[in-house]
Amino acid sequence: MTGKLLVRGMLVGLLAGILAFGFAKVFGEPQIDRAIAFEEQMAQMHGDAPEEELVSREVQSSLGLFTGVVVYSISLGGIFALVFAYALGRVGNIGPRGLAALLALAAFVTLILVPGLKYPANPPSVGDPDTIAQRTRLFFLMLLVSVIAAVIAINAACKLMTARGIWSGSIIAVALYVVIMAIAGFLFPAINEVPETFSAVLLWKFRVASLGIQLVLWTTVGLVFGWAAERVLDLPRYSTRA
Amino acid sequence: MAYSAASQTDVSLPTIPLGEILPWAIFGGLLLMLAIYFVGAEQGATALVKGMYVHEFVHDGRHLLGFPCH
Repeated sequence: MTGKLLVRGMLVGLLAGILAFGFAKVFGEPQIDRAIAFEEQMAQMHGDAPEEELVSREVQSSLGLFTGVVVYSISLGGIFALVFAYALGRVGNIGPRGLAALLALAAFVTLILVPGLKYPANPPSVGDPDTIAQRTRLFFLMLLVSVIAAVIAINAACKLMTARGIWSGSIIAVALYVVIMAIAGFLFPAINEVPETFSAVLLWKFRVASLGIQLVLWTTVGLVFGWAAERVLDLPRYSTRA
Repeated sequence: MAYSAASQTDVSLPTIPLGEILPWAIFGGLLLMLAIYFVGAEQGATALVKGMYVHEFVHDGRHLLGFPCH
């Protein structure tokens, strides 16, 4: 059963990745091009030699982008399926479609939205190559803290919902997650490597595009995986065809 | 991982036993995470493969998916 769910998760991830790539190509690539133009302008002003192109811009913005987004989506789809396989029947009495939708929402908030408030996506020319090690460490550490906080909150939610009902139980659990992340956000060091003259509008558009890509991805996973899982699981009570 | 799973279980929703999930989670999960690592972080702070080709190839995706880059 787990294997079947895993394969379906990866297939749904593939679909989500193709849609996310379409979004990225239309709304993300123009911002990347503008940011690279700014980067080159800056380099020219400093009299630096133009960067040698290992991979052409055409390949980066088409095949490279497609590979990156699709491999990322397939992998997350697979991991999503594994978490789903564990969560089914263990986090309350939610059928496969509802569970998939809720898990995808939780994944979007936990993996993207909240860590992104502290360490948001950055376009090319934002970011000092010398601090990449520290930034990578902090980024993944923040992800880890967020996932742990979410697991704590979901465990609390399961217990609190039985004791206090769905409404109060879920609000307290969400508040618990928010408090943990607020403390983490306060304690983690700030990173600001945006060049003084970098366009604020471009930065905003880039980050909105980045968030949009994730939204397309997780909405697809949340809505389509539940449907795909339902077909494999064969639960008569929850079947829409019964 | 032996904590009680039965307490929350509803009769109508059969749970998949942990023993069945675990091998998939370990091998599948690790491979999938490795794939995410290659898209998101390889040849940035750490590198398994020499050079900058992987980094440059997935460059746009890495930026747009929100990973630290450069």
